[in-house]
Parts: sequence; C-alpha cells; structure tokens
Amino acid sequence: MNKKSLSKQIYDARWCYVFVLPCLILTGMFVIYPIGMSWYFSLLDWSGFTKEAKFIGLQNYYEAVNDEFFWDAFIRSFIFMFGTVPVKIVLGFIIAVFLNNQVLKLAPFFRTVIFMPVVTAIAIIGIVMTFVFSPFNGPANKFLMSTNLTSAPIDFLGNPDTVLPTVMGVYVWKWLGITMMYWLAALQTVPQDVYDAAKIDGAEGYRLWIHIILPIVLPFAIVIILVEAVGALNVFPLIETMTAGGPFFSSEVMEIYIFRTAFVTDSGTMPRLGYACAAGVFWGVAVLFITVLQGLWMRRTRRI
Amino acid sequence: MSKYLNFIAEKNQVKYLIITIAFIIFSFFWIYPLLWVLSASFKTDFEIWGGLGLIPDRLVWENFERAWFGANMGRYFFNTLIITVVSVIIVVVTTGMFGYVIGRYSFPGKKILIGILISTIFIPQGYTIIPVFDLLNNLNISKNLIGLTLATAGHTPVIYILLFAGYFSRVPVELEEAAKMDGAGFVRTFISIMLPLTKPVVATVSILQVLHAWNDFLLPVVITLGNPDIRTLSVGVYAFKGEYFVDWSGMAAASVITILPIIILFLFMQKYFVEGVQGAVKG
Repeated sequence: MNKKSLSKQIYDARWCYVFVLPCLILTGMFVIYPIGMSWYFSLLDWSGFTKEAKFIGLQNYYEAVNDEFFWDAFIRSFIFMFGTVPVKIVLGFIIAVFLNNQVLKLAPFFRTVIFMPVVTAIAIIGIVMTFVFSPFNGPANKFLMSTNLTSAPIDFLGNPDTVLPTVMGVYVWKWLGITMMYWLAALQTVPQDVYDAAKIDGAEGYRLWIHIILPIVLPFAIVIILVEAVGALNVFPLIETMTAGGPFFSSEVMEIYIFRTAFVTDSGTMPRLGYACAAGVFWGVAVLFITVLQGLWMRRTRRI
Repeated sequence: MSKYLNFIAEKNQVKYLIITIAFIIFSFFWIYPLLWVLSASFKTDFEIWGGLGLIPDRLVWENFERAWFGANMGRYFFNTLIITVVSVIIVVVTTGMFGYVIGRYSFPGKKILIGILISTIFIPQGYTIIPVFDLLNNLNISKNLIGLTLATAGHTPVIYILLFAGYFSRVPVELEEAAKMDGAGFVRTFISIMLPLTKPVVATVSILQVLHAWNDFLLPVVITLGNPDIRTLSVGVYAFKGEYFVDWSGMAAASVITILPIIILFLFMQKYFVEGVQGAVKG
C-alpha cells in the first residue's frame, strides 16, 4: 500500500476544507466561542452593560451554591423533567399504537390535530394559555364550572400549588405530537412478519405487546427518553411567557433564574451577567452529566 | 412499505366506532385552545369572556387592523420573514456543503470535526445566549437584523448535517465519476450533479429551519431588549401583552398573525415536517 504523505492528503482534500468552512465558522461563532466565553465571564464581577469587569475567581460559583433560589430552581427543573417525560412517553406510545392502525380511516386527521401545537410558536402558546387558565372567566374555568366540576374558579397560574402542574400540562400538550411521531417511526420498524407470526401463534393483547413488540421498539425508547429528557430542561419560552417564574418564584426553573439574574431589572436588582454565567455553567455541566449518563446507559442496553 | 398491526379488525364495527368517536372528542378538546384564540381574534373583548362558543356574532376585522398597525405587528411580521428566509438559505447552503464532504469523502481531521459537532448537540441555547449577545454587541450588529439572522442560523442543529451526510453517502459513485470525465471540478460536481439530487433533504431541512427561526423566542427576546424595531412576531406579542394588557382581542389577532402562516405551511407540507422530526430518532 502506498500511503500518501499527510501534506499530500491535505492538499488533495483542499476542497473538503473549503466546504466545511462556512458551517464551521458559524458554529464557532455562535456555539463554540460562546461556550468558552461563558466560562470566562463566570469568573467576573460584571453587569454586562458597562465595560467595568473585575476578575473575582470562583466567587460567583460560591455565591450560587449558597443561594437558596438557585437550588430551588435547580430542583424545580428536574421536577419538571420527571413530571413531564414519563407522561409524554406513555401517552405518546398509546396514541401512536392506535393511530398506527391502517384500518382507522381518520388516523391521518387525528395525527395532524395532535401535531398542530408542535408547529405553533411556543411564546404564543404561553400567552394564549394565560387567557385559557385565567380565573376571570377563562375558558378552562368556564368549562369546569359549567360542568359543575368546581364551584369556584381556580386560579391555575396565580396559586403556587397549581402553577407548576398547569405549566407542565401545557408543556405536555404542546410537545406530545413529537413524541407520537417518534413512536410511530419506531412502530414502523416492526417487521410485518413479526405481527403475522405472532398472530398465527395466537399471541394477543398485552402478551403480544410485552413479549414481541416492546423488545423491538426498546432501543428507540431509550433514544426517545434521552431526547425528551434534555428537551424538558429547556422550557424557557413557555414559562417566561406563562408565568415569568411566578407567583413568588414558584415556577422558576433554572433557565428563568439565569435570565432573571442576567437581564431583568424590574425587581430593582442589578443585572449581573457574570453571576448568571456562573449559574449557567453549573447548570450546563449538570445537564451534560445527565446526558453522558444516559448515553452510557443507552450503549449498554443496545449491546445486550 | 409500511408495517401495520391492525388490531382493530374491520369486521368489529362497534370497536372501530368507539375508538373513532373517542378520538374525535379527544381531538376537539386538544385543538380547542387554538380554535379559541382564532375565534377570539374576530370577537369583541366583551364577547371573548362571555362564553365558550367559538362562532363570533360578527367578524371584527378591526382587531387585526389594531394589531398590524397599532401594535406594529406588520413590521415584526416582515422582520420575522426576513430572518426566517435568510437563515434558511444560510443553513441549507452551509450544512449541505458540510454534509456533502462528511458523507462522501475521507480526509485528515474529519473525525475531529464530527466529534466537535456531536459534542454540541445537547448544548442548551440558554447556555450560550449571554456570550452571543456580547459577541453581537462587539461586532456592532446587535442593533439590526443582520446579527439576529446570523445568530439564528448559527445555532445549527447537527441533525441537518446528518440528514445531508446520510443522503449524499447513498448517491452512487458512478455519477461523480461521469461528471469528472466531463471535466467538472469539485465545486461544479456539487452544484450541478449532487445538489439537485438532494431536493427532499433540502425541503426537510428548510422546513425544520423555518419552524425554528419563525418560532424562536429566547434569542430574539434577548437581542431585541433595547431595540424594539427589530423584534420578531413572538417577541412582539409578548411585548404587546406587557404594554396593552387589556386589549385581549387585539392580542388574539396578533397571536393569529404569528401562528397562522406556519400552521398553513404545515398543513401543505406535512410530509417534510414528519420526516424531519422522525430523523432525530431514526439516525
């Protein structure tokens, strides 16, 4: 084998490098550079709006881990994830199983309807939902009262006890269409022979699902869970437009906390970009850690 | 070829009917909030809070007039349109080129490049937003649409590249050799032979990017904090809520202006939406 020298190989592939360049520049500017800079900013005492910035080492981190609002938001983000992902996975699966039936004539229509919220701007959904769940004659309360399910209107978004479940419900509604599409893709990979053979063997009902179909779609389930879990940690637009973290911070997840400390000055506090970056880095590392854990789990399961 | 398990037998009419009716009721409740805002955009404020009915007494087109001119949604509409169209072009060209060389060639450093890209898959937007804001300020493009458009195109999901790479890698090698025989260079082969073959991927990637750019919120809300003139529709409606919070019908109209174009696009190009979304788990 005549192996070409490295410089010759690079020269021969010169067009390849030209072709990757535009995308690489964009990714470098807007993804890779910002990651590096957020580490650096996190070491500064800096408002973000003036040139004055003082290097203070790890002091921002120290302050963050000692702030109870930080930990409340941190834990709330995970409550959000554990509260929504299983619901979406199970509900999405059930719907997909029904709509995967060729015989169901209206299946394409139902798929379209269930997918509709997915294509709707998330900020708009947040705003519209503040109307829908309004305690002052909002449609949700109107419906509950006209069917006598409640006697007095529920202040869904104004009560610290109901606000998070309500936002989680809206989140599930908004994105369930995607979960359903994932499951439909997974179900389509089950070979027809498997169904036919199972039918001949007389496997029916839950036995068919548990012993035959579930093992086939399991590798998909793991990818779906991974994608969904990371997605459920990125809920800024929905919560910002529905509640902005309120009332009394009771729906403040990590991203809202970062945004609030970085930019919002309504509450009279000074914007602190350096501190917000420290919180963001801490958060980013936590998310990465979970992603890696899940990735490892995925690999192990796939090998078996 | 599709695979189906038809556990609803055609003969079992009762079961079939029950499932269909259950899904019709479910679908109605599911879609109700969207129908509600559509109907609210044609009602008076008084009527909106009057009842659960969806049919307005008469169509109040003035709501749209107020939103479009009064609340500046007309301007935000064109801002959003420009950002979306330009970012789609940038994204299709850059990821198409990247996907082409990744999918068809091997060259020194390829593995490192792929590694870098994969590592950015799960970087949340919230993590990079502050330095992006700072970068655009330093480049002096934070006060016009250029900065916002570039940043929108810059947070490119790796999935686009993988879709292109996967497609290009399946194109038969003979096509390329024939082009070479004709004397076509690297660039010409790409533009005249390869790109026309990838129309389905171009469509899928375009749709996904339209969806992303049109509906994005965190990036535009941060970038336009001090520049109301370059707001996008989503940010515009959000600001509307803060400024004229008693004009419910105007806000409903502004919401409809924002969501209707994408819903129409979705209804006509559903196939590509579905393919794009499913690409994430199939890969």
